[in-house]
Amino acid sequence: MCASVKYGSRGPALIPRMKTKHRIYYITLFSVVLLGLIATGMFQFWPHSIESSAEWSLDRRSVHDAPLVRIPMSSPIPERGDLSCRMHTCFDVYRCGYNPKNKIKVYIYPLQRFVDEVGVPISSTGLSREYNDLLSAISDSDFYTDDVTRACLFIPSTDVLNQNSLRIRETAQALAMLPRWDKGMNHLLFNMLPGGPPDYNTALDVPRDRALLAGGGFSTWTYRQGYDVSIPVYSPLSAEVDLPERQPGPRRYFILSSQTAIHREYRVELERLKEENGEALLLLDKCSNLSQGLASVRKRCYKGQVYDYPQILQESSFCVVLRGARLGQATLSDVLQAGCVPVIMADSYILPFSEVLDWKRASVVIPEEKLPEMYTILKSIPHRQVEEMQRQARWFWEAYFSSMKAIGMTTLQIINDRIYPYAARTYEEWNNPSVVKWSSVNSPLFLPLIPPRSPGFTAVVLTYDRIESLFRVITEISKVSSLAKLLVVWNNQNKSPPEESLWPKVTVPLKVVRTKENKLSNRFFPFDEIETEAVLAIDDDIIMLTSDELQFGYEVWREFPDRLVGYPGRLHLWDHEMGKWKYESEWTNEVSMVLTGAAFYHKYFNYLYTYKMPGDIKNWVDAHMNCEDIAMNFLVANITGKAPIKVTPRKKFKCPECTAIDGLSLDQTHMVERSECINKFASVFGTMPLKVVEHRADPVLYKDDFPEKLKSFPNIGSL
Amino acid sequence: MQARKKYVLLGLCMCCWLLLYYWGGLQERLLGLITHKRGEVARPWPSWLDRDLLPGYADQAELQNDGGSGDSPRQRRQSWAGIYKDSRCRMDTCFDFARCQGQSGFRVYIYPPEKGERVSESYHKILTSVVESRYYTSDPREACLFVLGIDTLDRDQLSTQFVPNVDERIRGYPLWNDGRNHVIFNLYSGTWPNYTEDLGFNVGQAILAKASLNTEHFRPGFDISIPLFSKEHPQKGGERGWLVRNTVPPRRKYLLMFKGKRYLTGIGSDTRNALHHIHNGKDIVSLTTCRHGKDWEKHKDTRCDHDNQEYERFDYQELLHNSTFCLVPRGRRLGSFRFLESLQAACIPVLLSNGWELPFSDVIQWNQAVIEGDERLLLQVPSTVRAVGIDRVLALRQRTQMLWEAYFSSVDKIVLTTLEIIKDRVYSHISRNKFMWNALPGGLLVLPEYSTHLAHYPFYYLNLGISPGQEFTAVIHATSPLVSQSQPIMKLLQVVSKSKYCSQIIILWNSEKPPPHRSKWPPMPVPLIITDGRRKVSIQTSSRFLPHAAIETEAVLSLDEDTVLLTSEIDFAFHVWRSFPERIVGYPPRSHFWDPVKKAWGYTSKWTNEYSIVLTGAAFYHRYYHHLFSHYLPSSLRVLVDRTSNCEDILMNFLVSSVTNLPPIKVAQRKQYKEMPTLQGTKTAPWVNPEHFTQRQECVSTFASWFGYMPLVHSQFRLDPVLFKDHVSVLRKRYKDLERV
Repeated sequence: MCASVKYGSRGPALIPRMKTKHRIYYITLFSVVLLGLIATGMFQFWPHSIESSAEWSLDRRSVHDAPLVRIPMSSPIPERGDLSCRMHTCFDVYRCGYNPKNKIKVYIYPLQRFVDEVGVPISSTGLSREYNDLLSAISDSDFYTDDVTRACLFIPSTDVLNQNSLRIRETAQALAMLPRWDKGMNHLLFNMLPGGPPDYNTALDVPRDRALLAGGGFSTWTYRQGYDVSIPVYSPLSAEVDLPERQPGPRRYFILSSQTAIHREYRVELERLKEENGEALLLLDKCSNLSQGLASVRKRCYKGQVYDYPQILQESSFCVVLRGARLGQATLSDVLQAGCVPVIMADSYILPFSEVLDWKRASVVIPEEKLPEMYTILKSIPHRQVEEMQRQARWFWEAYFSSMKAIGMTTLQIINDRIYPYAARTYEEWNNPSVVKWSSVNSPLFLPLIPPRSPGFTAVVLTYDRIESLFRVITEISKVSSLAKLLVVWNNQNKSPPEESLWPKVTVPLKVVRTKENKLSNRFFPFDEIETEAVLAIDDDIIMLTSDELQFGYEVWREFPDRLVGYPGRLHLWDHEMGKWKYESEWTNEVSMVLTGAAFYHKYFNYLYTYKMPGDIKNWVDAHMNCEDIAMNFLVANITGKAPIKVTPRKKFKCPECTAIDGLSLDQTHMVERSECINKFASVFGTMPLKVVEHRADPVLYKDDFPEKLKSFPNIGSL
Repeated sequence: MQARKKYVLLGLCMCCWLLLYYWGGLQERLLGLITHKRGEVARPWPSWLDRDLLPGYADQAELQNDGGSGDSPRQRRQSWAGIYKDSRCRMDTCFDFARCQGQSGFRVYIYPPEKGERVSESYHKILTSVVESRYYTSDPREACLFVLGIDTLDRDQLSTQFVPNVDERIRGYPLWNDGRNHVIFNLYSGTWPNYTEDLGFNVGQAILAKASLNTEHFRPGFDISIPLFSKEHPQKGGERGWLVRNTVPPRRKYLLMFKGKRYLTGIGSDTRNALHHIHNGKDIVSLTTCRHGKDWEKHKDTRCDHDNQEYERFDYQELLHNSTFCLVPRGRRLGSFRFLESLQAACIPVLLSNGWELPFSDVIQWNQAVIEGDERLLLQVPSTVRAVGIDRVLALRQRTQMLWEAYFSSVDKIVLTTLEIIKDRVYSHISRNKFMWNALPGGLLVLPEYSTHLAHYPFYYLNLGISPGQEFTAVIHATSPLVSQSQPIMKLLQVVSKSKYCSQIIILWNSEKPPPHRSKWPPMPVPLIITDGRRKVSIQTSSRFLPHAAIETEAVLSLDEDTVLLTSEIDFAFHVWRSFPERIVGYPPRSHFWDPVKKAWGYTSKWTNEYSIVLTGAAFYHRYYHHLFSHYLPSSLRVLVDRTSNCEDILMNFLVSSVTNLPPIKVAQRKQYKEMPTLQGTKTAPWVNPEHFTQRQECVSTFASWFGYMPLVHSQFRLDPVLFKDHVSVLRKRYKDLERV
């Protein structure tokens, strides 16, 4: 646009100066050029849309228009899968390379329709809806790359989900014709229905060299542990039927069998169980009076009574999943969706995603031989555990079974975890449903360790300008025997700390750190100067703590190194009238926070506070110049799930948590602000992590009738 | 002039044309961006227009019918047993489950040693562990599992400990049965130069518990990979992990270290030969020496002299203590001693041993404790370990310690873990899940017979995000006959039943006299159950910790019949217990100490500044400890307790502390929890007897020797109510009664 306007303004200015006889010539030339320009412009705009509309038209974008490839009869056939293949022998890890994101790159071959020499396709169905969904999902994901040279994993577009629809030999030849096949290295095939009559192999029969197989229905003899991936047999029914999660509670039946193709021997045994236990068992079968087709798929019968499938699965606590001709059963997916605990009886079956999923938490696996004992075995499972398993089963379905996308992504993630094991997902990430995730703890300091006394602790004194008080605090603390170092955080940028000679003489190293900004968060910075695990955060006006009290606090911290161990305790309460949290500093029987004006804690929490504090809490604290201690209490309680420890009796602290001026009105606004903090933090954390307890720690002989001089900590609680 | 203008004009036109061309091109790109969401450009896998017309991969009826019902299951099982043998063994086909279904359950039999049989030190330890385990039986008829008496640990033919003719000998055993239900322990297989997995005899259908197992030969779900351990590895107890503190940042002096042999030729030399490449002399220390074997100088290359010199400069132990990560490359075999060494040293192992089936890989989630490297990618190791964040280093390091202490620190633990894994397979529906195996305190302390439900154990509340129940069961141990209504037990019953958290009271009647009739007991607001614990021969003190089925709550309040407590003391202790459900929480503190003169552990009931025992005469704990006490501890200890009618409370403290590694918790001020004995009493309380006290001293020593270490830990604090003895109105205090004690 811009260009043509420019041309328009310049053009007429030039033309009048020219001689008339040339004018026509130039006008003609100009018109031609202009026309050419327009034509080019049109060509630029139009062809694209013409092309894309052509692509969008039915004939260009149909699977039937994928290029046809003829397989010569003599085309090479890959070798049968090598059972000894493992990631370190059959997988080219160099293709994956070092990757800062620790993510493998997956390439999908463009769709081709393979036919043999006479033009018969290699597959009776061609691309199936499920495989198409799977490939779409992968190409939408972070794993995908369209650059074949950067790919680590290759996925053929040839659909081998169902072996029944394949011509084995030709499919194998088609695979070998893929441009990057290279003995199947780093190729991944998805198959759900392996084998065929009469003996039903448990892995895809298509010869595939070294290709990885994501298969449904592996047996322990065909599954190459750590190489193949066992996947579920997808049940298309789940896309059709919407089964909302059922709330925990009693269910009508105890055991339900809904499979139609159960071997006669098993049906006899199930019927015997039914005779013994009556109504608790429901034994369903095909409906004989219904014609074949969709109707029969969605109905089950028992003695003429018709039940809706899969809805009926929700009525039972346990649902039987027996092997048929194949080990993998689509029923498993239906059962999980219904939140019914699967009772899996398929000897040697490798359960789907068993490499990462802990099936013991969602299912009961019983050897086929023990079918007659099924009832007794299931009855012995505690009721609460059954409910837990039902929830877990449903969650497994949602996360790993519900769609081809879920199945595909899980498979790739498993392979990804093998290639970058140091960045692999943890057991908890795979197996703990999200409900548990936010309520459970994830502290890297989970080991019950009582650290040695000798390294002592580092006292971090936050100060602004109360030098006199600061010096008193320093003198007091320096009497504590386990003090290792004093660190003064000088938060006043306008004033320099006093000269070295003016500071009180102490036996331990004393360091002053000047900060760039007057922020409360500075007190929780993980200074390199802090070399001990234990940190004593202390305000510059806490002069009332005795050295016995401080030493005792340190001893208690050693027994609770993952908690805040502090002196003044506070409480949060739910205000029913206002419908929100309230801060309480009165004399209460309970404690849920300790003030960090005087508290011991692990240096790790400094690191967490500075770098891992969720949301904008840190900024909020610095902006309000308040609540850094509440934030710390939230942080620690959230990651450990534990309450803080208040030590020693209550003392009258010199208004430890308010600013310089005393006064009732100020006190009240202070309380309101603190309450606000609690509400704000609870909303950022998404939960209320603080835990309320009714105890505090005292020395064993506190207030005992015992000679004072024999007590380790005699000077406790005195003012 | 004319021509110039002409050219200017033409040039201008050309410019415009080009501009328009590029602008058009830009348009095209913009168009691409707009349509990006439809995946036109970024996604070559198209959205087929006829997507909805695509056929399903299988007909639903086909999925449900699944090609019919298959062969007869009975026939299939029979034919399997014939096909899947030897190298394709699985529990289903090579293990006789019927042997384990008997009354006695899971029992392990050891072949008696033959005359003149030489057994190596390590194998002797393994056998001792089995014999001392609760699964041992001397009767082969009730055995489910068999362990050979022949030492099979070292199958290197060049080794001095190699036992010849194993094949012939085991074939002679009437119980051998082609190895079915046998477990064979092995640490070294194969020999120079290839170090194959061959044991030199046919293991048949026996389960291999073998070190350095290769994934290719490993029969999944059947064999068990065990760690390589030295002959100095302790029988019991074992050293704790070396991690005592968690400094932040967690980096140690060195980032990564290796010190070991470099193989110039032969198997494993590829990796060992390359290790020196990552050595930088600063934070990565990778030292190799050629000086090993007899004829090293023959193969020596140009690096050798320099390397050997550098090698001497660093001390292995010093590196182990001061390195964040430790390289654990394969040697000739896949496993090496340094694996356990670095695990114990909390030096995070970086494995370079392709194809090694990690120890107990069935149950342990190794990726939470080690960095699994790839021999092919040695040069990536430095950048990989540098990228590990602070939190992960801390977590990995703690997990090394957890695994070391739970499964590896002694031969006992290694052997027991092996047996428990097999047992879990045999009784798969009463087995531990992966969570139990990988969370504290480890799988060996979780007895699935008790429950398979996580919430039934005292250890997992935090992980599950739940709290223990709101009620407790009081268990009163009664030994003296009921003669008067003013007896202490009557008072105690009143006090306990008044607690609003008490859901039931159980009286364990352990007196010579039969328990009095129900009507003799006072009416109670809670159910009262009287269990007759009398035995014909003698009173069994340990029966107070039997896992009585009647106990329905998680919390147990254990009381002696003459305990004196207030209701509010009980309530407060219960509150504290709910915060520490894995510990013993109670009133009477005691302490242990090391007596340097006698060189033995001592026991004291004096008031001191610290305590390590809380007597179970007035204490809360989780009911699971009843189960552990009765089933985990060896019967020898329980017999000792029964014989002396003493020490059961100390033993319980040993047990709980060995599980938690933490001290018990003393609550509030009360220490004296019994009334002083009155002279009129027909029978004096046993604890005033001086002999009673000596017995307790001995108990502490005996228990410590069974555990292999002293599990008790001292604590210096007690927990009081928040306002305890504070200068504030009594009306504000919830537990005001406690101050009157």
